[in-house]
Amino acid sequence: MATFSTNEFKGGLKVMLDGDPCSIIENEFVKPGKGQAFNRVKLRNLKTGRVIERTFKSGETLEAADVVDTEMQYLYNDGEQWHFMVPESFEQYAADSNVVGDAKKWLKEQDICIVTLYNGTPISVTPPNFVELTIVETDPGVRGDTSGGGGKPATLDTGAVVRVPLFVQTGEVIKVDTRTGEYVSRVK
Amino acid sequence: MPEWRPSCSMAALQKRAVMLASIRRFFAARHVLEVETPLLCRAGVTDPNLHPFKTVLRKPGAAAGDPLYLQTSPEFAMKRLLAAGSGSIYQICKAFRNEESGRHHNPEFTLLEWYRVGFDLDRLIDEIDALLREICRDDLILEASERLSYRELFREHVGADPLSGSFEELAECSGTRGLPEAEALCGEDRSFWLDLLFSHLVQPRLGRGRIAFVRDFPAFLPSLARKKSDDPRVVERVEIFLEGLELGNGFHELTDAVEQEERFDRDLAVRKANGQSLPAKDERMLAALKNGLPDCSGIALGLDRLLMIMMQAESIADVLTFPTARA
Repeated sequence: MATFSTNEFKGGLKVMLDGDPCSIIENEFVKPGKGQAFNRVKLRNLKTGRVIERTFKSGETLEAADVVDTEMQYLYNDGEQWHFMVPESFEQYAADSNVVGDAKKWLKEQDICIVTLYNGTPISVTPPNFVELTIVETDPGVRGDTSGGGGKPATLDTGAVVRVPLFVQTGEVIKVDTRTGEYVSRVK
Repeated sequence: MPEWRPSCSMAALQKRAVMLASIRRFFAARHVLEVETPLLCRAGVTDPNLHPFKTVLRKPGAAAGDPLYLQTSPEFAMKRLLAAGSGSIYQICKAFRNEESGRHHNPEFTLLEWYRVGFDLDRLIDEIDALLREICRDDLILEASERLSYRELFREHVGADPLSGSFEELAECSGTRGLPEAEALCGEDRSFWLDLLFSHLVQPRLGRGRIAFVRDFPAFLPSLARKKSDDPRVVERVEIFLEGLELGNGFHELTDAVEQEERFDRDLAVRKANGQSLPAKDERMLAALKNGLPDCSGIALGLDRLLMIMMQAESIADVLTFPTARA
């Protein structure tokens, strides 16, 4: 397996750390004027999602992680597993609740998302940045009120709850930014 | 942005020009002589943590060549001038360091180096303070500067003594402060322990809104500073920090040729143990010391970093015309 040296570390590079696949977020070269050089590296553990900071000697190496991000279509949930399919090959993968994590509240059948495979097994799921979902329940607002002030909670068809402006009603389709969980707009 | 363009703004170009002019005005008023020394040097540095660029000099028609190094700092050449009787001198020049590249490092950078004959470290610090205030006058509001002891800072922020703390104590302190990997990384190398803990736990807190002068470094850390007469475990060295960035390193200079050569030999022994190249000692510099270096204090200041702070830049590339990646 390939290895990468600290000077090759850059955002997005997938490496093995303490037996887990990690994605490098940030790599800062640190060198006191008269001292040893090292690298302060921020990584995300791809299994747990946790962000770790770790210092390495400059020139130290880490093994590459066999991690691939693949675009897949979300098919359905059978109660225990979430099922995905690679559209080109029809290859199917199943992931449990831990793997799907927070993504589950944004997943709508047929949507394309990113499934991260480690040694051929899903380890995380990233929903599309924007999803269009239907409001199944929200308080009726005052018609004509277009002020942004505060808004009200709305439950979506995937189970997610987001704050929406008062004029948005049950049954409407809205666009949501999954990275922030915020309402973006109504969808006509 | 197209690659042919400078990575800095036109405002940064102008600010740099103003900075250089104010430095020259400052030293002219104090009768410090501006000098130039070669960037291409015959002798390399012995410092195990410095990696010079090496090139080859070929005389006209010559088949073989002589090795030359791009200077990592003008220190040795300037000391030869001092020994020759130049009096107080300063220089604004490029220095080159291989294997140094990052948000705060470019392999080629601009140094201001100056030496004051007859100054002890306190007087030099006063002058650095005055110069920095003069340069930053229009850009930064600085509170009164602080003069801090390395040892006390280390005790306060790390929780252990840098000189006498055992490796177990250092490991325990680093573990509880979010650096559990330090033990495996540093082993029994005290210099490495200190570099790591100081730069991670102390440095980011230094110089917020004011210049921090950190003094009295442990003697075993590399430097060309003389030992303190009342405590030989520390040297008369100062490091300057502003907004968490290291700006410069100054010494009450070692004038003892014998001790200087011992330090070179110690460096070479470390290099040998590390499997690094073994450059020749700078004999001309040693000869100059033997001839007699006047009592003096000197400092090297990174001007690109100072400009970064003045312009609140995130990266050194924001204040350079063409960083090495675009040169």
